[in-house]
Amino acid sequence: MEIKEFISNFAEQFDDLDASILSPETEFKALDDWNSLVALSVIAMIDEEYDVTLKGNDITGSNTIQDLYNTVCERM
Amino acid sequence: MQYNPFSLEDKTILVTGASSGIGQSTAVECSKMGAKVIITARNPDRLQETFEMLHGIGHQQIVADLSNEVDIVNLVDRLPKLDGCVNNVGIVMTKPLPFYKREDVDRMFNTNTFSIVFIVQQLVKKKVLNRNSSIVITTSAGGVFGNTPGNGIYDMTKSALHSFMQTAALELAHKGIRCNSVNPAMVNTRMAEPSGSISEEQIQLDKKRYPLCRYGEPKDIALAIIYLLSDASSWVTGTALKIDGGRNLVR
Ligand SMILES: NC(=O)c1ccc[n+]([C@@H]2O[C@H](COP(=O)([O-])OP(=O)(O)OC[C@H]3O[C@@H](n4cnc5c(N)ncnc54)[C@H](OP(=O)(O)O)[C@@H]3O)[C@@H](O)[C@H]2O)c1
Repeated sequence: MEIKEFISNFAEQFDDLDASILSPETEFKALDDWNSLVALSVIAMIDEEYDVTLKGNDITGSNTIQDLYNTVCERM
Repeated sequence: MQYNPFSLEDKTILVTGASSGIGQSTAVECSKMGAKVIITARNPDRLQETFEMLHGIGHQQIVADLSNEVDIVNLVDRLPKLDGCVNNVGIVMTKPLPFYKREDVDRMFNTNTFSIVFIVQQLVKKKVLNRNSSIVITTSAGGVFGNTPGNGIYDMTKSALHSFMQTAALELAHKGIRCNSVNPAMVNTRMAEPSGSISEEQIQLDKKRYPLCRYGEPKDIALAIIYLLSDASSWVTGTALKIDGGRNLVR
């Protein structure tokens, strides 16, 4: 899996977020549009696309998109 | 002489989902109020744990998977005459709408809704319920008093149960059988643990939205169920009893 592809799947969980403003270093919970429904959508997307079941605490424990990506890679 | 209008002395009561949480607490409290209790769930070890917590004698445990019709029929065939039935089986699933799958919806409705509809159907058809008996359904504040984003499938299963509860109350009233529900907001059980898609941080934030400043405990719900099972609620049927620490007063 490429982080580029992961970022584009991640961006799709927002209503209209330009994926180009995201990078591996983006602290996603600081994004304006981040909320609990987006968090659930990210968990569901990761389950569907990568067959990895994250917990709510995995999201709380990640700061950047890279952190989240690393957690997914470790469990694939 | 002890005056106790909530006594369950001489009553036999079935409790489903009794191996854990609200069902476990309900089974124990019913036994303390003098009832003979029949408990059921899938996991034999956890069910045995509940069984050992029961006060008094004459109780029974039956392992069954209520998402499955054969198990429902077999369970009902093994029951003695009942004075009460607490339909508490239920599971949760958190998923936003774009990710719904047909199999998720089927599994949730089979476990949460159809299980209960067909237990009640079998109990009535086979005349297992005595006159003046009481059916209680554990629905939820979610789906009945308000919905939560991400909880749509769960909320649908509970709102269907809410409707069924009212139909059962209407159709069974002439037999002297009452049917009511308890509708809890968040209760500290396995279901509400931060192991799922909800984080500990979100749970701590959420608790602040409760005017009574805490989540419920299983016993908070069990004691309301006792009221609905007892003769103290003889004139109550078709009621959805909200038990939510005031949560649904707040917008
Ligand atoms: N906790 C809350 O915040 C909350 C809020 C509102 C409503 N409720 C409702 O309260 C009820 C009890 O939940 P709880 O919080 O006490 O959760 P819990 O501790 O997870 O208990 C659920 C019970 O249902 C049983 N069960 C699950 N699937 C089953 C199946 N297919 N066949 C037979 N038994 C099954 C479980 O036993 P086995 O795993 O051994 O089968 C367990 O005894 C549920 O209907 C739930 O929707 C809970």
